[in-house]
Amino acid sequence: MLLKTCDGGNASNFTAPGDESELAAFVEESYARRRALHIAGGGTRVRWAEVGGDFLLTARGLGGIVTYEPGELTLIARAGTPVEEIEQTLAAQGQALAFEPMDHRLLLGSSGTPTIGGVVSANVCGPRRVQAGACRDYILGVRFVDGKGRIIKNGGRVMKNVTGLNLGRLLCGSYGTLGILSEVALKTLPMAESQQTLAFGGVSAAEAVELFSAALRTPFEVSGAAFRGATAWLRVEGFSRQVEYRRERLITLFRDRKIDIYGEEESRSLWRGLRDLHHFAGTSDAVWRIFVKPTDAPAVVAALQALGGDASLDWGGGLIWYCGSGDAVSVRKAAEGGQATLVRGGALPASPIFPPEPKGIAYLSAALRKTFDPAGIFNPGLVDG
Amino acid sequence: MSTIAMPTPDEAIIARKSEIVAALAAALPAETIVSDPEETRAYECDALTAYRCPPLAVVLPRTTEEVATAMRICHGLRVPVIPRGAGTSLAGGALPTADSVVIGTMRLREFLEIDTANRYIRVQTGVTNLSVSAELESEGFFYAPDPSSQLACTIAGNIGMNSGGAHCLKYGVTANNLLGVRMVLATGEIVELGGPLLGASGLDILSLICGSEGQLAIVTEATLRIVPKPEGARPMLIGFDSAETAGECVARIIRSGVLPVAIEYMDDVCLRAVEAFSKAGYPDCPAVLIVEVEGSDQEIADQIERIRAVAAELHPIEFRCSRNADESQAIWKGRKSAFGAMGRLGDYLCLDGTVPVSKLPYALKRIGELSKKAGLEVANVFHAGDGNMHPLILFNANRPGDLERAEALGNDILRLCVDLGGCLSGEHGVGVEKRDLMPTQFAPDDMAIQMEIKGAFDRAWLLNPAKVFPLEASRPHREGAATCS
Repeated sequence: MLLKTCDGGNASNFTAPGDESELAAFVEESYARRRALHIAGGGTRVRWAEVGGDFLLTARGLGGIVTYEPGELTLIARAGTPVEEIEQTLAAQGQALAFEPMDHRLLLGSSGTPTIGGVVSANVCGPRRVQAGACRDYILGVRFVDGKGRIIKNGGRVMKNVTGLNLGRLLCGSYGTLGILSEVALKTLPMAESQQTLAFGGVSAAEAVELFSAALRTPFEVSGAAFRGATAWLRVEGFSRQVEYRRERLITLFRDRKIDIYGEEESRSLWRGLRDLHHFAGTSDAVWRIFVKPTDAPAVVAALQALGGDASLDWGGGLIWYCGSGDAVSVRKAAEGGQATLVRGGALPASPIFPPEPKGIAYLSAALRKTFDPAGIFNPGLVDG
Repeated sequence: MSTIAMPTPDEAIIARKSEIVAALAAALPAETIVSDPEETRAYECDALTAYRCPPLAVVLPRTTEEVATAMRICHGLRVPVIPRGAGTSLAGGALPTADSVVIGTMRLREFLEIDTANRYIRVQTGVTNLSVSAELESEGFFYAPDPSSQLACTIAGNIGMNSGGAHCLKYGVTANNLLGVRMVLATGEIVELGGPLLGASGLDILSLICGSEGQLAIVTEATLRIVPKPEGARPMLIGFDSAETAGECVARIIRSGVLPVAIEYMDDVCLRAVEAFSKAGYPDCPAVLIVEVEGSDQEIADQIERIRAVAAELHPIEFRCSRNADESQAIWKGRKSAFGAMGRLGDYLCLDGTVPVSKLPYALKRIGELSKKAGLEVANVFHAGDGNMHPLILFNANRPGDLERAEALGNDILRLCVDLGGCLSGEHGVGVEKRDLMPTQFAPDDMAIQMEIKGAFDRAWLLNPAKVFPLEASRPHREGAATCS
């Protein structure tokens, strides 16, 4: 296995095709030669060393927004389009990617440019997931190249489509193991005109999750519910007057607590930091992303803290970020009932990135991988992991 | 007389009926099995009533384990299985063949768990869509997808077809509200996917199951996301002098940054039928939009003002905003009774194509032209916010050749939807109804990979085998599988 960073753009075993047919031809040839490929987007997130492959194949050469129709809430972009370009284009029309994709660069100390293909392949989302859904909920259609080099299209550009199997959602979060995306169609949403945040100081993880459950059962569309240190935050968004109303109603609901209010700018900056885990950037321990049932979060956090390190909560407690020196076996044991994924290896010895799948599911996953990638050439290290 | 073909039933399987029923009876309680030809007739069709065929037998299990037992037996005897929810499919998704066993989920009726702190409900999938929200009523939550058939349709069918409804502009379709399932594969193996977690590592197989039209598994239990009920909701009715202007208004509302919960469209043919039927007090004009917004009184008032300003630029004939619960009910009454009202005019085929919202005006114009050319009246009533059209083609089933003409017109309209960048089905599914049109939307490789996936889940191609894919395309898979061990 070649130990290189994804950013080794000058290396001879790096390929960034300029169009879809070139991409398909390269995969077809790789299939014929059984040449393993490391599939990457902008190279900001995954390390080649962990993924394996003889060649690094990226869709970052396939750039550009194909269509954007604000009146239809629809955007189609080639997979290599930088996320930033998309966000700017949407912002100019008062719209956004509601799933608020995280930028991993600061946390991982990586360079490169996040691409929309990478975001979709890893189902990257942010704090708003708790209210607006994940990246997968915004996929309208995809074009991709499968493991034989076939160009496949699925879905389309319309918001409701139940024609045939939904492969776009299946590819979302498949980390390039089923196919390499060449184009994605996404649903966009109006960007909230305004936002504010309620901050609750001096709370424990258990109190925070109680707060979150109480807030998330209100009709006030709380779009962020996170906890770090001893502070819990709730974000409200909408039209200006709506935000004020929602804030006041939540203050009334939690009238026994001391609440600080963050205005527009402070709120935006707070959630950007929470989204991108600025609080764990610059540290060297491993970072884990752990999905749990929100009410299980306090016990899991306590078990993780006992291993050393720190944890923060997002998604109303449904997501735990753990940064610490606990080894993989102990972390997964602490997270029992949840699912722990290794996002940053830190000083850990080589560890499986994903938790093992139950037997029945593993069988189906293997059958699906064989269907999409019969020669097993896509990101082989991730599949074995 | 019909134009949709089904595979020739396997006489050898039909001849083994008593053996098959005996095997089922030996392993399952007697009351779960229906094999008397008088009684199996009740399962001969779903809501696509033009196509009927009684199955060999019907099994109505009460537990996941009983479903698994029935599936295992059918698999062992190589008998095709037709999954069935409430039988409300408009696409023939639950249409049996004479050599098949129907496995129905309607007796799986338990509510298993409500967890408001973690915001989910777990149910057996034979519960009706509306009963899920009813169960949550006192907790202040509801289940968001709301297909028109929600009083009758069940969660199993909703998952099979990835059902939508009027309010999915804001809340999404079934796929956006499904967190996990317990399901039975064709072999009888029980598999659990997802659960109350908001994320999952590994492949998102759940997303593949949702909308797979009973071809990959039978879902017996589901974990569903629940949503807090809004403080209030209020519809408004906006009348326009042309379909084009109404279509333009939809795009402008969305572009303005307001996201209504629903934007529904009705044309004059539909409006007249509805008015005669329900006396909802609708204006007599070429096109009406019903737009609903949610929130507190102030939030609602603010959103209405924004929408009023957008609509005013287009000079609506009528702008009527509900002022109280009775008026809200009156505005929705006509829309909700539209299908019943149309039924009084005669037989109709209900289409389900989707087009990009910007193409709505053109699509409506072309549908008018195609309707005139075919000599069949078409009424339009649909979810405009997401471009999901439901043209209703009126015909007379007793007049020879009429159904065929209606189907031919329907096919032309669906091809139009695909040509405009849309799709064949927005929420009803492909079933048998749109099966033969799949090649207009999918290239051979696009369809091939879907059939390969079906084969990965169901090697013997026994689950709902003659649906979704054109028979010619699926034949090698079906016949190849029949001979495999």
